[in-house]
Amino acid sequence: MVEYNELIFEISRPGRIGSSLPESDVDKIDLYDKLPKHLIRDVQAELPEVSELQLVRHYTALSNKNHGIDNGFYPLGSCTMKYNPKINEDVARFEGFSRIHPYQPEETVQGALQLLHELQEELAEITGMDAVTLQPSAGAQGEWTGLMMVKAYLEQKGETRTKVLVPDSAHGTNPASATVAGFKTVTIPSNENGLVDLEELKKHVDHDTAALMLTNPNTLGLFEKDIVEIAKVVHEAGGLLYYDGANANAILGKTTPGKMGFDIVHLNLHKTFTTPHGGGGPGAGPVGVKKKLIPYLPVPRVEKDGEKYVLNSDHPRSIGRVKGYYGNFGILVRAYTYIRTMGPEGLRQVSESAVLHANYLRKKLEPYFEAPYSQVCKHEFVLSGSKQKKLGVRTLDMAKRLLDFGYHPPTIYFPLNVEECLMIEPTETESKETLDAFAEVMIQIAKEVENNPGVVLEAPHTTVIGRLDEVQAARQPILRYTKEKAAEREVVKS
Amino acid sequence: MTATYRYLPDTKQDQEEMLSFLGISSTDELFEDIPPEIRLKGELNIPAAIPEPQLLKKMHELASQNKNANQYPTFLGAGTYDHYIPSVVNHMISRSEFYTAYTPYQPEISQGELQAIFEFQTMVCELTGMDVANSSMYDGFTSLAEAASLAVASTKRSKVLISKAVHPESRAIINPVSAGQGYTVEEVDLAADVTDLVKLQEQIDQDTAAVIVQYPNFFGSIEDLAEMKKTTEANGALFIVSANPLALALLQAPGKLGADIVIGDMQPLGIPMSFGGPHCGYFAVHKKFMRKIPGRIVGQTKDEQGKRGFVLTLQAREQHIRRDKATSNICSNQALNALASSVCMTALGKQGVRHMAQLNIEKADYMAKRLQEKGFMIMNQSPFFNEFVVELPRPVKEVNAKLLEAGMIGGFDLGSDYGFDNQMLIAVTEQRTKEEIDQFVEVLEASVNG
Ligand SMILES: Cc1ncc(COP(=O)(O)O)c(C=O)c1O
Repeated sequence: MVEYNELIFEISRPGRIGSSLPESDVDKIDLYDKLPKHLIRDVQAELPEVSELQLVRHYTALSNKNHGIDNGFYPLGSCTMKYNPKINEDVARFEGFSRIHPYQPEETVQGALQLLHELQEELAEITGMDAVTLQPSAGAQGEWTGLMMVKAYLEQKGETRTKVLVPDSAHGTNPASATVAGFKTVTIPSNENGLVDLEELKKHVDHDTAALMLTNPNTLGLFEKDIVEIAKVVHEAGGLLYYDGANANAILGKTTPGKMGFDIVHLNLHKTFTTPHGGGGPGAGPVGVKKKLIPYLPVPRVEKDGEKYVLNSDHPRSIGRVKGYYGNFGILVRAYTYIRTMGPEGLRQVSESAVLHANYLRKKLEPYFEAPYSQVCKHEFVLSGSKQKKLGVRTLDMAKRLLDFGYHPPTIYFPLNVEECLMIEPTETESKETLDAFAEVMIQIAKEVENNPGVVLEAPHTTVIGRLDEVQAARQPILRYTKEKAAEREVVKS
Repeated sequence: MTATYRYLPDTKQDQEEMLSFLGISSTDELFEDIPPEIRLKGELNIPAAIPEPQLLKKMHELASQNKNANQYPTFLGAGTYDHYIPSVVNHMISRSEFYTAYTPYQPEISQGELQAIFEFQTMVCELTGMDVANSSMYDGFTSLAEAASLAVASTKRSKVLISKAVHPESRAIINPVSAGQGYTVEEVDLAADVTDLVKLQEQIDQDTAAVIVQYPNFFGSIEDLAEMKKTTEANGALFIVSANPLALALLQAPGKLGADIVIGDMQPLGIPMSFGGPHCGYFAVHKKFMRKIPGRIVGQTKDEQGKRGFVLTLQAREQHIRRDKATSNICSNQALNALASSVCMTALGKQGVRHMAQLNIEKADYMAKRLQEKGFMIMNQSPFFNEFVVELPRPVKEVNAKLLEAGMIGGFDLGSDYGFDNQMLIAVTEQRTKEEIDQFVEVLEASVNG
């Protein structure tokens, strides 16, 4: 394939256009008659000028330089890169969903409100919670929303508690959300089994503990067996339990955060519920709560009033609004469609398959890599590249080598408490053949590290571009196109 | 389990082989680490699975219970607009190499997404007149709240002034955000349809971290940013402008009028209304705040051969590195909608974006004049873009019911948020034809008499 390396601005030529708008059917206006001169744009925005076909070729060429789930296996741990069903994409684009305005009279959007209401109820059932808000745009915003509810709940009880406990294996958004919600983060070290250390936890839980944030199964893919005891410890001290349910792919129909004793949970619909990651977003991060926290849920809430669905903002103890309108509706439509496709047995089988696949792959790879926690895992597992590191090859190098085989690498260097970590999440939508083929490549790479490390150290060999200089990118940031920088590039070329 | 679900490929044989490799007889054994007392006994109580043909039918039925802008010309705006979206936009974002990819953490196989974001950042900088833009935020409202937090953190002051002419939802969302971070928010009152500059003078002080205004404001009026900048700068506060990117095709770039941070939502350019989301917040700053900006940023660099490439950069700001020291917790953003917006801006192009903006301003102007001819009072005293406020002799709700009967969606009722009873905020985009506008005016006229 011929390499394509142009920016859209570089193929732009004055006078070209990629769309056609009608001429005005009303009187023309001279801006200078309407606006003071200093509020009229003097220098035009340099947007591209290309024909429609040039546009299509440009973005098609870019897409060819991108790897998505549809291109191949994507075992990126903690991200649940499962198949994104096509019907979901079609449905979200129905005009009755995509071309409705958020402020239309309620009676003109009953279908949309019904969908939201049913989704709220189904997610409440799936998580074992009493009510759900669909407003948060993503997991991180869900976490923050949940913590703000914790704060409001405690305030109502006349308590100010300042600490949020977070295990060292937690996702970065957990401590960051605690900070932006105005809490202090206290990090709890995991024990040698990768689980919350109950004794350590007890040392930190006190009358100043607002909440414990926990992922279960945790980011090592292990189920916190002591969860009931953990919940008791936190509750007895008057704290609340927050469940990071970004990755709920192991528990559907098997258990619920509600049963485990959690008070608040967020889900990432862009993980467990198949909505696409979109190259970074948009997602949706609904939050479920137990009864005592219902008054604090964001407004407006979608409620049913007799036969009608309504938006109700009359909840005086609510933390208020956390996001514009009612959440990422288009994403919620996709998740609803998915839940309808699977039904209860289907969702349970999702988790059973996801867990089976993870354990199968784990057992296949364990002879070749250090397995810091060799026990039954849930939907994902971690390996350590420490053996290979001793031979001079780092996890990063192995990840790059995987690219040569058309695989997206696993998550690397996370969680932080595992040296040279590789975090692998195969998901339920991959076939056994894919898992076998991937295992073989991983084993081949492990062998290369021993016999021919150069080929790993110099990887990738087959991608459109080699390893990039990230240090330079951060030291001398070029964050936008300018003609001058483009000119510099011409010099490099010649 | 025998592959009865189309997303689950395991056959009975696959399953047996995997189980026997693991030395177990059932997947139940893989769940034994879940204490029995917290295991679910029966199935989840949710509706049964529906095969694809029936599901499509059901979803069509649900969708048809909503009145969409294709059947019902809409005159609602108030932050979300029915604009023309070129067909190419949906085709390009439907390339699954884009939409089924995660965040581009592996640059060698994500150059397409990375370059697309780099181009998006450039287009946002061009429109806003700012130096640096990030790769997107959840929406314009949360973007605004993050801008306020940035201002508080970087000025070490604890008060934020926000004009009442800023979108009510922005003013709502900033409340929990400021409560979390411990700063106060004061609203600056209106002088007719714009921010009251005298009040702003009175309220601003040495503890003011930022002044936040909207451009055009919630009523469609174009605020005089130059005047506000003077007051803001004299008090050492940052000037935050929430701007409609389409309007910026014609209006002076906020960057040229002294904005320190420009935020807003790209929805008017290429993103469907979708009942309010997903849209796409943008966030642009003066270069002195480059290392304080929230969210992901793409930068240009080179590979070992000197070939140009793109990477996520300045990551030391972000939650995955900084954890509890991070100033923002954003992780996932709205990347696919940023792409949609880039494709739309590319399709419209330098000329088309201006043309579209011009159509908006002309159609809104036409409609306002028609209404004035019929004796309606237009409340805007300042020039407006594609929205304006009209006073009606009856409650907006009643008039909107008449409009609905006539097959149209009426404007936004300013009664509940502002207490401006009988005042309707009307948006007129390029999608509205002269006939539709005339019909709307007729119904309004009839509703007064009827
Ligand atoms: C365990 C966990 N928690 C939270 C998040 C944050 O979710 P989001 O990116 O949707 O904000 C993620 C996703 O990256 C995650 O894996």
